Amino acid sequence: MTEGLRAERQGGPRAEHQGGRAAGHLADTTGQREEGELLNIGAICSDRVCARGHADRVALIWEGFGDRKATYTFGDLKVFSNGFAQMLVDQGIAPGDRVCLFMDKIPSLYFAFLGVLKMGGVVQPLFSAFGDESLEVRLASAGTTAILTTRKHVKKVRKILDRLPDLTHVIVVEGDPSKLKDGEVFFDVESAPRVEEFDVYRSGPETPSVLHYTSGTTGQPKGAQHAHDSIWGQALTTSWVLDLKEDDIYWCTADPGWVTGTSYGIIGPWSLGVTQCVLDSGFTSARWYQFIADNHVTVWYSAPTAIRSLMRDGDELVAKYDLSSLRHLASVGEPLNAEAVVWSEKTYGLAFHDTFWQTETGSIMIANYPGMPIKPGSMGKPFPGIAAAVLDLKTYEPLTEPDSVGLIAFRPGWPSMFRAYLNEPAKYASRFVGAADGATPDELRTDTSLWYVSGDRSSVDADGYFWFVGRDDDVINTGGHLVGPFEIESALVEHEAVAEAAAVGKPDAVNMEVVKAFVTLKPGFEPSGDLELSIMNFIRKKLSPLAMPQEIEYKDKLPRTRSGKILRRYLRAIEWGEDVGDLSTLEDD
Amino acid sequence: MDDIREAVLEYVIDEYIDEDDDMEVDADTALISSGIVDSFSMVSLKAFLENRYDIRIPDEDATPEAFDTVNSIVRIVEKHSN
Repeated sequence: MTEGLRAERQGGPRAEHQGGRAAGHLADTTGQREEGELLNIGAICSDRVCARGHADRVALIWEGFGDRKATYTFGDLKVFSNGFAQMLVDQGIAPGDRVCLFMDKIPSLYFAFLGVLKMGGVVQPLFSAFGDESLEVRLASAGTTAILTTRKHVKKVRKILDRLPDLTHVIVVEGDPSKLKDGEVFFDVESAPRVEEFDVYRSGPETPSVLHYTSGTTGQPKGAQHAHDSIWGQALTTSWVLDLKEDDIYWCTADPGWVTGTSYGIIGPWSLGVTQCVLDSGFTSARWYQFIADNHVTVWYSAPTAIRSLMRDGDELVAKYDLSSLRHLASVGEPLNAEAVVWSEKTYGLAFHDTFWQTETGSIMIANYPGMPIKPGSMGKPFPGIAAAVLDLKTYEPLTEPDSVGLIAFRPGWPSMFRAYLNEPAKYASRFVGAADGATPDELRTDTSLWYVSGDRSSVDADGYFWFVGRDDDVINTGGHLVGPFEIESALVEHEAVAEAAAVGKPDAVNMEVVKAFVTLKPGFEPSGDLELSIMNFIRKKLSPLAMPQEIEYKDKLPRTRSGKILRRYLRAIEWGEDVGDLSTLEDD
Repeated sequence: MDDIREAVLEYVIDEYIDEDDDMEVDADTALISSGIVDSFSMVSLKAFLENRYDIRIPDEDATPEAFDTVNSIVRIVEKHSN
């Protein structure tokens, strides 16, 4: 067991959570923590590890493309996160302000993440491959005050800045300062004066911490707001599910633009004082294996899409690398198929342990634990303390008959649960079954008689293992990332040739699903390969490569209900070879 | 072959490199492993090659390694042009 949060394992973070202690004052039931210690994720992941005598322990082993390499200790992490926190204060950023991080997986991303939290800001990481429209939607929704970015990505910010009145600070943290525009600030934390001490903001359990955007079927992406209390769930699951111990070298392959990259690519390992690796370069199987071998990675948390790509590249490549340091493998993002589990056990001598959770849950909810028999293809069992069930699709009553398919649901109240959809209380309430009209978000998230409904379907077998079936909505899960069809369709009709559009997921051997678009064309435009490529690149640049349709089908007319709504489920069912269901509402042709 | 190399290089620069980016890209520049082109964007690069040269590149040949440089892409195009 890792030393850092031993107290939580013995004393129980849920007891802490339910005890409602005053902000910044945590009970120490085992003598591991001191009265008055801060509940601030930024400080727990850096200052606290140093205070325990581990300032010289390596926190981050970083590699970029080519020969770029760097190593940072927890002492460095403390000083550089202090540097970002102080810089933000000096710039006039106040506690509660949203501060966006929009950059590749460079070291400053990790320092800045902790720095924003240390000064009381709400950190809003966004995937650096987002196009300017995806960026604008999320910054506008959050009313973001400051954005930290790099020379490479600041151009996208400049395109939209005029339309974002709240965004008053553009801070470039890497690149050539001579290329900045008026009003932009350059800050390179590693060459700035070292900030050894910083007066950390005294956040409490409910102080907003991380804001991640997640896509839904309708409307634009929603901001899932988390709080500092989340760290208990993240630390405990990192310890029990990912099995991290203080001498591990851990690699989470996720980008912090998505929740896995923050919950388990920053907060989980560093709250436990564990060394982690980051590889900031494009994917090739050889590069990944070399990275594991060079850095003696022991615990590897990755995604099914990557695992299937590694499978595709075969066993011969694996034999060229010394992967003997690996001792535990886990996976998240989409269901891990049984074949991949069997392959990894045969090839690496270790099975990938699938885990299930969401942006909204903040931490792992269902998992295959170390030492637990794995049923290949199963998500595993609920984390201890998590009450999970599958609910009947119509009555929302828990299903008790094994292997019945229903909605995955959880009783509210776990520490890392999201606290709100930013500015959208009705959408937040809609995720809870049995909620009273007018219930506040605080009432919803603490009422253990309710069910939080995840939006995914599964069954539970007689042994209590959960088996993923699919989404309960039209959201597309591609490469482990959720993409909203509405966002894609809205962008598609902005293309000069597109009159109407529908976006659905179609099966894909590597990514589980990829985006397929059905479009009708405006008069004067004819279907062609060049037009298809033009539409693909239009979406790639405007939204993101993930949202880019990998296939476009031209239609004379899209199927609609009599009320005019496009019937995505009909198009999706055809792609998946499924029953198209009740078509009585289909518009007459 | 030089024509193909030139056309592919021009497409890569037009589509994946920002206008005011001072990055130097040539036929040996790593595209996938450097992160200039990600695995999702590779699909549009493949679509460009298939359209432009009227070929079909099977998925098993469309690997990150095969698409990593303009020169390796040229070899894929030539392989499937015959």
